[in-house]
Amino acid sequence: MNKYNPPRMNPSSLRSRFATRFLRSLSKINAKKPTASSSSPTEIFRRYRRIKVAADKSMAYSVRSRRTWSRAMLWKLRTRPCCRRSVKTSTIVRKTRHEKQNKNTTTTTGEDGVVFGVEADELRELVPGGEAMDLYNLLDETAHYIKCLTTQVQVMKKIADFYSP
Amino acid sequence: MSSRRSGGSRISDDQIADLVSKLQQLIPELRGRRSNKASASKVLQETCNYIRNLHREVEDLSDRLSQLLASTDTDTDQAAILRSLLM
Repeated sequence: MNKYNPPRMNPSSLRSRFATRFLRSLSKINAKKPTASSSSPTEIFRRYRRIKVAADKSMAYSVRSRRTWSRAMLWKLRTRPCCRRSVKTSTIVRKTRHEKQNKNTTTTTGEDGVVFGVEADELRELVPGGEAMDLYNLLDETAHYIKCLTTQVQVMKKIADFYSP
Repeated sequence: MSSRRSGGSRISDDQIADLVSKLQQLIPELRGRRSNKASASKVLQETCNYIRNLHREVEDLSDRLSQLLASTDTDTDQAAILRSLLM
């Protein structure tokens, strides 16, 4: 295993940006563990929550505000109850106004329009920020969101396999 | 290009159809279909299912990682090896 060089991925690719951030978060989370009770169910659950949030956060930060879904997710993460004290009110107000501007009425297009309505609403609940998107943007954002989710899953799998005995 | 049929939407049906087929390519369930057109509602349905599956996988992996981290120490050497594996 000495001089094998796997094909290098672009260091600024989404995958490496996410992996770097996520690994950093994992080290932080791991450093926090109280030695006395690091295997108690409560501790494990707390760590699970922290890891999951770290994964979502790392992905959203890797995409930054280039996408509606990532902006929505970042906003959601910043206004979580445990973080609320550190969020400036002016930021929230500005965001709300911005979100309102994005609300286009979802007019359906074409004969398939009626069918689109039902499934599209379901999709809106799954994609962050989906409620405010028109159909075209919803589909576009969904495609990107899926790509990012699959990257997230692949990286997390590799990490889990690495640390497995 | 503009479709005036239903009240002011400026996006054409073709553009929507393009996006739908783009989505179809991303979903493993539908990718193998030789016929290029699964119905739009089927694509959306499968998309929802796929996203839910991915969410569940993330949760399972987070769970697995939280158990694994309980018994390991992430030191800098490991992090370096891991990073090279990932990139």
